[in-house]
Amino acid sequence: MSSMHPERMVKLAFKNLGQYKLRAGLTMLGIIFGVCSVVAMLSVGEGANQEIQEKIQRMGSQNILIKSVKVPKDEDSGNSRNMIASYGLTYDDAADMARYVPNLESSTPIKRLRYDVQFKARRLQTDVVATVPWFLRVQNYRMVRGRFLTSADMEFGTPVCVIGTRLARTLFAGFDPIGQTLTIDRDAYTVVGIIGDIAQSELAPQNELWLEGENQAVYIPLRTYIQKRGDFFTQWSEGGGVFEKIELYELILSINTQENVVRAVDAVRRVLKKNHKKEDYSIVVPLELIRQARETRRLFNIVLGSIAAISLIVGGIGIMNIMLATVSERTREIGIRRALGARRTDIVLQFLMETLILSISGGIIGLVFGALIPLVITATTDVKTVLTFPAFAVAFSVSVAVSVVFGIYPARRAAMMDPIDALRHE
Amino acid sequence: MSEAIVELKSAVKEYVNGSLRVTAMRSIDLRIDPGEYAVIMGSSGSGKSTCLNVLGCLDRLTRGTYLLGGENVSDLTDDQLSEIRSKRLGFIFQSYNLIPQLNVLENIEVPLFYQGVSEANARVTAEKLAARMGLSSRLKHKPMELSGGQQQRVAIARSLVCDPILMLADEPTGNLDSKTGNEILELIDELHAEGKTIVMVTHDDEIAHRAQRVVTFRDGNIISNEWKGPPKS
Repeated sequence: MSSMHPERMVKLAFKNLGQYKLRAGLTMLGIIFGVCSVVAMLSVGEGANQEIQEKIQRMGSQNILIKSVKVPKDEDSGNSRNMIASYGLTYDDAADMARYVPNLESSTPIKRLRYDVQFKARRLQTDVVATVPWFLRVQNYRMVRGRFLTSADMEFGTPVCVIGTRLARTLFAGFDPIGQTLTIDRDAYTVVGIIGDIAQSELAPQNELWLEGENQAVYIPLRTYIQKRGDFFTQWSEGGGVFEKIELYELILSINTQENVVRAVDAVRRVLKKNHKKEDYSIVVPLELIRQARETRRLFNIVLGSIAAISLIVGGIGIMNIMLATVSERTREIGIRRALGARRTDIVLQFLMETLILSISGGIIGLVFGALIPLVITATTDVKTVLTFPAFAVAFSVSVAVSVVFGIYPARRAAMMDPIDALRHE
Repeated sequence: MSEAIVELKSAVKEYVNGSLRVTAMRSIDLRIDPGEYAVIMGSSGSGKSTCLNVLGCLDRLTRGTYLLGGENVSDLTDDQLSEIRSKRLGFIFQSYNLIPQLNVLENIEVPLFYQGVSEANARVTAEKLAARMGLSSRLKHKPMELSGGQQQRVAIARSLVCDPILMLADEPTGNLDSKTGNEILELIDELHAEGKTIVMVTHDDEIAHRAQRVVTFRDGNIISNEWKGPPKS
């Protein structure tokens, strides 16, 4: 049976803490910093995690991406820097994939080149992506206006293009892009659609992931491009020129289910190994990236968790320290209370209540600051942060639990004192 | 004969101090009847303080029995002793022992707090007692803002708040000048006249004259137990 009313114990605890305002404040500081750092760290970690997950997810977990990679010239390949370099994926590769890769749902060939594009007098350099109609579905992009490339475009090699929203905003500022003529390196294309704003990609435009600048790109039918330009790419620059023959820059293979991806990757590797003498390609498997990201995140969480645990334990030790000082300072009071009828439990509860109030108020203040820090970080830098309820809940409850654990020892010490000795204490 | 308030039978109290065994009370028999005013005297180390601690249920006997108001309290648990202290005993100390951060009223209410008496009821009782002790104008003062005599009055009010069957006073005038001391003693006389049972430890013969029974301790034994008059009823 507890003889004391909880609300009166809370009142008493506040009264006692009021005696030592500075001390109470300093004690709370430990908890405030602990909770604050935990919340801030977790939200930065969660932000980073979500950003990576989003990017990988956008590549599609059922996809396998193959890219052409320029290999350094061999010693024996001559000294002429004007020689034509031929490397990368070929149409034969694409055909072999369709033949040998199991459970293949679709194969999306892509040519990706940098060109000057011009609208009226405005000109800028950007990515030109020559591809097929199902590119849109495979990449999970959406149309903002108009249409994407169609099979008719493929069939007839029509000179049409679809542009990213960013390009629509910059190059076509003040105009409705649909129906306008865009000049891509002297060839005229008619704009027929605007492709969806890809979330967040503007946040990290310098990111090395291959999706960079999708909002800025121009999409044209692969057939049209091949008819106009063929497979040679020539670009003059200072001190020479680039002459390259690349049939396909990228190939996206979509597998019917995630479970079949691993087996398909093996087949892809076999085909490429057979067709290429040099490794002038790279294979990106988003599913593997997702696994890696999860693994990285687990590690990250362990590190963050340890740091957070240490800071909370430091806060807890602070509480224990102060409560021990308080208990020894109030030995006489404890003796008086015991003589007047307080049970040991009453004394334990009295000091535990003080600890609890310190940790709860410290925890709440810590949560407020902990929520502000990520907001400030996001506002001043382009680091993404995400405040999640679990972060708050974990930080708060762990800090309160730690304080109570560290508060029990001083409180028990107070209660176990002999009332006669305590009364004599000066 | 009515039931005794205090009855010690062959009460022994020993302390173990390191390897040393100290006997503070050697087979004490003591009976105090309702309404009695008893004084315990003796030099320091005679066992009188130990006896008072035992009577106040702050300490337990090593052997023997202690009946408080007919109830055997020798074998009670710590929690049960706490309850007895809060409900049946009143303490008055030499150094007042008020809680510094609480004001006069709150100090008086402390024993009621541990009995679970509601705040409103406790307040009424405390105000009544404070008024009786002449402290009505000081209710919100902290102990440090009061004179020694006033502090002891607060302590007496606090000891009365649970209407105890036994009041225990440990040299209540020891820290006071003789005039204030006398006022406190008169207050105690008054309580005795109302029928309270009082046990007081002192080494002042003057004070002993006010009591009806004088018990003298030496080396853990009672060497005299003088009866000087019947209890007033």
